[in-house]
Amino acid sequence: MISEKLLNGALIAGLLLVVLHAHLTDAPFTITLATKVAILAVAGVGLNIALGLGGLVSLGHAAFFGIGGYAMGILASHAQSYVPLMQSPVLIEGTKSMPVIWLVALLASALAALLIGALSLRTSGVYFIMITLAFAQMFYYFAISWPAYGGEDGLSIYVRNGFPGLNTLDPIQYFLVCFGVLVLALLVSFRLRTSPFGLALNAARQSTARVQAIGQNPFRLRLTAFVISGAITGLAGALFADLNRFVSPTMFSWQTSGEIMVFVILGGVGRVMGPLAGAALFILLEHLLGGVSDYWHIYLGALLLGVVLFARGGLVGVLTEGRSGDD
Amino acid sequence: MTDVILRTEGMSKSFGAVMASEDVSLDLRAGEIHAIIGPNGAGKSTLIGQICGAIEPDRGRVVLNGADVTELPVHARAQLGLARTFQISTLAMEDSVLEHVLLGVLSTDQPRLGLWRGAKSYRSAEDRARTVLERVGLSAVASRRVAKLSHAQRRQLDVAIALTLRPKALVMDEPMAGLGTDGSRMMTELLGRLRQEAPILLVEHDMDAVFALADRISVLVYGKIIASGSVDQIRSNADVREAYLGDLL
Amino acid sequence: MTLLLFLEQVLNGLQSGVMLFLTAAGLTLVFGVMGLINLAHGSLYMIGAFAAAAIAAATGSFTLAIIAALTAAAAAGALVEMVVIRRLYTRDHLDQVLATFALILIFSEATRWVFGSFPLYLDIPDALSGSVRLPGGIEYPRYRLALIAVGLTLAAGLFFLISRTRLGIQIRAGESDREMIAALGVNISKLYTLVFALGAALAGFAGALVGAIQSVQVGMGEPVLILAFVVIVIGGIGSIKGALVGAVLVGLTDTLGGVLLPEALRLFMAPSDAAAVGSALASMLIYLLMAVVLIWRPHGLYGMRA
Repeated sequence: MISEKLLNGALIAGLLLVVLHAHLTDAPFTITLATKVAILAVAGVGLNIALGLGGLVSLGHAAFFGIGGYAMGILASHAQSYVPLMQSPVLIEGTKSMPVIWLVALLASALAALLIGALSLRTSGVYFIMITLAFAQMFYYFAISWPAYGGEDGLSIYVRNGFPGLNTLDPIQYFLVCFGVLVLALLVSFRLRTSPFGLALNAARQSTARVQAIGQNPFRLRLTAFVISGAITGLAGALFADLNRFVSPTMFSWQTSGEIMVFVILGGVGRVMGPLAGAALFILLEHLLGGVSDYWHIYLGALLLGVVLFARGGLVGVLTEGRSGDD
Repeated sequence: MTDVILRTEGMSKSFGAVMASEDVSLDLRAGEIHAIIGPNGAGKSTLIGQICGAIEPDRGRVVLNGADVTELPVHARAQLGLARTFQISTLAMEDSVLEHVLLGVLSTDQPRLGLWRGAKSYRSAEDRARTVLERVGLSAVASRRVAKLSHAQRRQLDVAIALTLRPKALVMDEPMAGLGTDGSRMMTELLGRLRQEAPILLVEHDMDAVFALADRISVLVYGKIIASGSVDQIRSNADVREAYLGDLL
Repeated sequence: MTLLLFLEQVLNGLQSGVMLFLTAAGLTLVFGVMGLINLAHGSLYMIGAFAAAAIAAATGSFTLAIIAALTAAAAAGALVEMVVIRRLYTRDHLDQVLATFALILIFSEATRWVFGSFPLYLDIPDALSGSVRLPGGIEYPRYRLALIAVGLTLAAGLFFLISRTRLGIQIRAGESDREMIAALGVNISKLYTLVFALGAALAGFAGALVGAIQSVQVGMGEPVLILAFVVIVIGGIGSIKGALVGAVLVGLTDTLGGVLLPEALRLFMAPSDAAAVGSALASMLIYLLMAVVLIWRPHGLYGMRA
């Protein structure tokens, strides 16, 4: 058995090595797959802050993923058609600049998480699960029935958005952008976990009365975590939309929420690197099993069932035999 | 009376037809231990819940250091220095002793907790946390997980966490429960030392501890305070004997 | 809009509400008795619809199709309860969500494998086709009217079952105190399988009935599942009465909102804009309804504080 630190290093190094090899052998599709892994891992890192650290079983993180995606789609579509979003009272034009899009994606999904969280966190347990799912579904139907941005068909963007100083059309360069965001997200997740806030959130997950008794408001702790979590998942949505140069209501669907949760679980709940391990495993399975059978979701389902019933620490847990990162 | 730290005024609470608290007025003065005793079902837990803010009274007020805190939630009262211990452990099993105490210190020093710097890099907070552990006698097990503590050690940890709040008043819910003879003696000594730091409202079943520690005793029966006075007055009170102490004495 | 048209929409809302109730009832019962959140409940709805469509295609009999739907859904429910679900009762909600999400993947893909990706169609039986003239002159499809009647009858039957029968007493005892029913000598694991299969049969029945007015396809169960979640959040988890009230509220809001909102918006908007904005807003209405109920009563209309 190996230590979790070593495994974490191996995961990062493995992803980079795969990409390096693909770059040298001119296999852009593999780089695109690795980019997808990095982006989905960012989404998982976001969810893991709510789920693993806060114990908030959100089945509605597709809402934030989709908002991030549509932030990209709406801004870029206005930029490519040269029609401003708004002319009065202030002129707001579209943009093809990734940093601006990211900022908008972060803010919009944080705002949505604030509203959804403020309502959903009034409840707990199974109500919370159902309500977060329902709110994501609300965005889904709204996106379908709002014709201005493609409705059911979604929005296509002709050229990937730009990042200052880089050529994002080059697969390796876009991978590095996404990998950079992943490293930042992991850093945020790690700092948050070891900070006083993380300590309190972790305590609140185990006992609400305990954190109240030391003067902390559990609702506020959870809402803060939920907003940070939603914002990071929203950023992942913007990256994902840029990878595909396409957004559609599917990003809001309940399957998306479920899959983000599956990354976290396959990797190991509450572990910093769990989402990366889970996303990598998911894409690997999709790629390998998807080639063997059109019905590869059956195998995914069976694997997930096996992990839930028999291997609760997920991939990271199995490989490190349940040792936690604190040791 | 300027030395009253905590008081309730005419506090009442009913659950359906059951009066869990009926017009309860009591106070806690600087430097004292005020024990609340009463048979099971007398409404002691409801009383603590109302004082600490977990249960909303139907009528009456709770006043801490002259300020009406009746409308404040649990955490806001804790920030004002109303510390409590629990009868049923609320400790987080996965976390270490030091983490529990450190969190209390960090939260007291700066209620808006930091989101970036590592909790263990707050040097002065850790120093104070270790001082508190020293005082309750848990220094040796600071890095142990709560799951591996003995029952008595968990009780001590509960007291340590309360102390991190720099409490103005301590509300303790049966701190002796489940402790053996040695454990009870240790806890009795600890509480005796603490009373100078913060007055203690002590809800307790263990009469030896109550008679050893209490400056005053109030007797709660069916949600009502039927008697209040010094240890000797309570021991000799006929109503109390009949209602509760009976064959205990 | 005329009053007649409005009344017709009210009936449509009622019809979708009672069908929703059949799905929500099983979900809320399973949560109330076993404390289990079952995402795969929508799959049982789908299984009912597919079984009905397959048998109807083979035999041409709607009655046999309905029997097949009930049998298949109940059997699938009992099987899945015994193989997977019973391992989840003592687990936390996260494990329950994940395991039942895995079941959806398995059920959906297996169904796609057997029946293909194209939708199947289930015909309304001749005896229930056409329309009837209701008092007031509304021409209303006979089949939809039958759905309302069947749904309300089943709701009444379910209330009777819960409040008056031995099984109902055991179910209610199970909600409040698991140890007590064990002490009463009830075989808990049998009771749980039975309750689960009953919920599954109701969902499968609804799937078959609704399948005849919509198409039968993979993925039909999940939108219904999520609506059923909204219903029981509004009604209060564990409450059959809440499920009925919630289902009718959601059915009416969804149906009437889709019709009335564009109409209302047309008063101050161009017709094409009104249609677009109206349908977008209408799609959000039931979730807004849920949010309002939550602000007002965090545990639903008839929910007990957990």
